[in-house]
Order: sequence, then structure tokens, then C-alpha cells
Amino acid sequence: MKRFWGFVIKEFYHIFRDKRTMLILFGMPVVQMLLFGFVVTNEIKDIKIAILDYSKDNVTRELSHKILSSGYFVLDQYLDNSGQIEAAFRKGNVKEVVVFEPGFAEKVHKLGKANVQILADASDANTANLISNYTSAIVMDYVRKLNVNVITPMQIIPEVRMMYNEQLKGVYMFVPGIMAMILLLISALLTSISIVREKELGTMEILLVSPLKPIQIIIGKVTPYVLLSFINAGVIILLGNLVFGMPVQGSTILLLAECILFIILALSLGIFISTSTNSQQTAMFMSMFALMLPTILLSGFIFPIANMPLILQALCQLMPPRWFIVIVKNIMLKGTGFYYIWFETLILVLMTCFFIFLSYKKFKIRLE
Amino acid sequence: MKTDEKIITARNLVKKFGHFVANDHLNFDVYRGEVFGFLGANGAGKTTAIRILCGLSEPTSGEIMVAGFDAHTQRDLIKKNIGYMSQKFSLYDDLTVSENIRFYAGIYEISAKEIRSRTDDLLKRLGFEHAKNKLIRDIPLGWKQKLAFSIAIFHRPQIVFLDEPTGGVDPITRRQFWDLIYEAAQGGITVFVTTHYMDEAEYCDRVSIMVEGRIAALDTPDNLKKSFNVANMDEVFRKLARNIE
Repeated sequence: MKRFWGFVIKEFYHIFRDKRTMLILFGMPVVQMLLFGFVVTNEIKDIKIAILDYSKDNVTRELSHKILSSGYFVLDQYLDNSGQIEAAFRKGNVKEVVVFEPGFAEKVHKLGKANVQILADASDANTANLISNYTSAIVMDYVRKLNVNVITPMQIIPEVRMMYNEQLKGVYMFVPGIMAMILLLISALLTSISIVREKELGTMEILLVSPLKPIQIIIGKVTPYVLLSFINAGVIILLGNLVFGMPVQGSTILLLAECILFIILALSLGIFISTSTNSQQTAMFMSMFALMLPTILLSGFIFPIANMPLILQALCQLMPPRWFIVIVKNIMLKGTGFYYIWFETLILVLMTCFFIFLSYKKFKIRLE
Repeated sequence: MKTDEKIITARNLVKKFGHFVANDHLNFDVYRGEVFGFLGANGAGKTTAIRILCGLSEPTSGEIMVAGFDAHTQRDLIKKNIGYMSQKFSLYDDLTVSENIRFYAGIYEISAKEIRSRTDDLLKRLGFEHAKNKLIRDIPLGWKQKLAFSIAIFHRPQIVFLDEPTGGVDPITRRQFWDLIYEAAQGGITVFVTTHYMDEAEYCDRVSIMVEGRIAALDTPDNLKKSFNVANMDEVFRKLARNIE
């Protein structure tokens, strides 16, 4: 046992004395969290629009006011004629132009029908789609309020409620994803590098010739990273909560326990990578490309798995973060207990066993 | 300090990897306090034999005793009683001199008090007292090598295995290093050393030369030179290699 602690202490020296490791370990989670939280967002807020009002009557003014006071849009400029529309888009500030036809109020009142044109800058397709939907919704809402007193025959009004994320906050999507990515990357990357470094230095040989058993060496190397990654998981949850208001509806203990499971899985991946290479650089690239890209693309972190081609969907099932993200979302947003996530948990456990078994096999072969 | 007590005995040591025979019926004894040179070209089977003697891999067959323990069944006990150093020196760059000592000594379960007093002794003997708290990366190569050797025998093993310990080191430092080896042998530690440098083979009490998985010659350097009728070990080595071709 004393032997083991000596090993762990030595490992902490390595970590605390290496600026790069410290930066990855403690800088990366915070920076990524803030970056993803603030920058990568698909929420609509303060989109600049221009209004071309040919009518300038009380109805168009009221409607414009409604659009601009929604919080989603701010006015960039009023246009005078259709010739200016292109120019406004080209300048790039304006993402949408709303055009009211001449005699708007009169037509509404006399004919019961008037046209408003919504032009969106679809060079960014997703945003264009979102903001035009938002604008239409505001206009429809206005029309409905105009019609309160009129009894329209047959009406179906969908009542939409966004469960578990009422305000459709992007952060709710990102926090679980970032957590998966950071824990996987840090744990796997740093352990694989630190094990491979011992091989490069030749110290691994000395350790193997010593009375230490290989399993003791590996556990000694990995223990500090379990501790530090666990602290990281806590920091991410805390940061999500304090800065972005991400709730933890379910049991915090369950959440942390699942984090530990995922960390151990990531570490076993790191060990596996380290048994397959002898150079730190290869270990780093393997961790980066084999782990980071799939985590971002194939885990449902950003892109919904259900929309992918079948082959990719099948591939997604093999990605550890895909299951972890489901677990985290369930606990944090829905507040579900273990009963609803036992299957995902089981898969993570099996994956961990698989990689540990594989590493053990490879390690033995190499020793012989 | 060569004695008559056998510390390593190998009888018909065989190691096969599939159909490939890396060690083909090796027979040799090493005596306590002896400096035993283990020579051979790359791929001759040196490394395989050392790994077996160090308890790292199991021999396919043969009777092998190292420091009184069986290489088939008591590999853990062998590991406790030997020291090992390779040409990479294998110290941690980002730890200080005393931290390196403490770490390696800790692996062999030496008590903290004992470690402290032995560390002070060692640093005094080497004249490194002022460098105690320096990082390894900041000390010169020659010092590193001496320190690595001292750490390899810090737990007072019965045998120390040196795998090309002087690779890539200048001649003066090499000479100084051999002084340390003699000192250890004087103290009763058996030194089992592999090397590429034939001048170093002359420093050994006895030398074995491996060629293609077999021990082609084993004797004192003087006897070897006489029986091959040449002036130095380099020529002994070349003659042996040519015979095989």
C-alpha cells in the first residue's frame, strides 16, 4: 500500500510540474464550457432586421413594434424602397427584411386580408429558417388577437410546451455533451500520454523489472487522473449551474457516480491506446482523432442521431459518449432515477470491461 | 571480488517464440561478486536471455536459478533481489535527485528512515550533496548515469543487470562508470553486463559471447584471446561471427 502511494505521489509531481498538462487539465474544461455556452448557440436573440414599410399606418406600426419588442429582433434600419433590400443583405448586418405592402391597414380592415413579405438571409440556412418562423409566429399571434371578437368557424390551436427545457436553452444541450467530451478527452489523452512517456523514457522497463506488478503500475498511473477528472466533472456541473442556470433535477450522487463510471471507461480507453503505441505523439493523435471527432459528431451532442443515415446510426451506438449523454440528460433535465438509465449504464460497464480486457491481453503479449 | 559461490545457474535454458528458437540450450554459471560480460550482436538472443534472468518472461524449458530462486516459479522473488539499469538511464526528468531516489527505493519497500540515511550517504559518496534538490533534467549526463546506477543498486540487490549501460556516453565518462561497477563488485554485488564496446569486454572477469541463440564462447578475456590467437576482444568477436557464416 505504501508502495502504491509512493507511486501516486510521483504521478502528481509529473502532473503539477508540467504546465501543458495543467493547462489541459484545468484550463480546457473552463474555456470549452464558456466557449460552447456563449458562442455556439442556436438560440435566437437580438437578430438585426430591416423594415420596409410602404404603408406606414397604425397597423404596420403596431406590428413592427410587436416584432421589435419580442426580444428576438432589433431594428437595424428602415428601408425606403425595394432597391435597398439587396444592399442591406449584402452589407451583412441585416439577417431579415420585413416588407409591408401599401395600404396595409385599409386592406386588413376592408378586405380582411393583407400581405407581409418576410425575406431572410438564407446563406445561413438554419438561422434563416428559425428567424422566419419566429417572425411568422409573431404575425400570426397578432392576427389572432385582432380576431378575438370574431367567432371563426372551426379552429385548431396547438398548445406547444417544451418539456424539460421550456426556454429551449442551447446550454441544456451542450453541458452534457461538453461533459462527455472533456472527461473522455482529458482522461484518455492524459493517461495514454503519461503511460507512453514512461515507455519513451525507458522508466517503464525499470518498473516492470521491479517487484511492482503490471496491474499496480497501471492503477498507480491512473489513480491521479480519476481524482482530477472527477474534480473536473464537478467543476463543469457547477459552472453549468452558476453561469448558465443548468439544473440538476435528479440525484447529484447518481450523477457523480455515473461520471466516475464514464471516467473509468475513458481511462481504460487511454490505457488501451497506450498499449498500442510507443510514441507520445501517436498516442496524442490517436486520442484526438479517435475520440474527439466521434464525440462531437456521432454522439448526438450536436447533431441528432435519428437524422443520420442508418450506417452512421449504427456507428453511433458504439460511441461511449452517446450513452453517457443520454444518462446525463436524463438525470440533469428529467430528474430520472437509476431505473430509467440502467440499460445505458450497463452498456458503459460492458464497454469498460471490454477495453480493460483488451488492454490486459495486449499488455501480456507485449511482455512475452 | 569473485567468489566460488554460484549466483546464477542456467542449464539448458531454452526460449521459443512459436517455431523461432531465441535461446538454444544455454548453459552457464555466474559467481557471486563477478563482473560477467554478456556479448552478442543484435538479434543474437541477448535481450531474451536477460529478460528471463530478470524474471520478466518465463523460459520455455531448462533449469534456471537466479539469486537462489527458480526462474519458472519464483519470478516475483527474483525481482526483489536484483537491480536493473538500461542505457536510457531511466530517471524521471521532472523529479529531483532525491525524489527519484525516494520513488525507486519506495518500490522496494525500504523504510522512509532508511531511505533518508542511505540517500545522504550516497550523495556524500558521489559528491552530489549540493544537487539533492535539483531536477534531473538540469544535471549533466555523466552524473545522471552514475545516479541511475546507484539507484539500481540502492536496495542492495544480489545481482545487478546492466543492459548496454554506457551506450552513447563519451569514453571518459565510460571509464568513470566502470570504476563504479568495480566498486559494486567489490561490495559483493554480482554485475551482469551487456555491451557493444569490445574494450569494455576486457574489463569483465569473464565474458560469454552469443551467436544466433547459442553461447559460442565463454571464458576470461585473456583465455579467449589466447585460444583464438588474437590481440584483442574485438577480433575474438569477429572470428566467432565469421565462423558461423
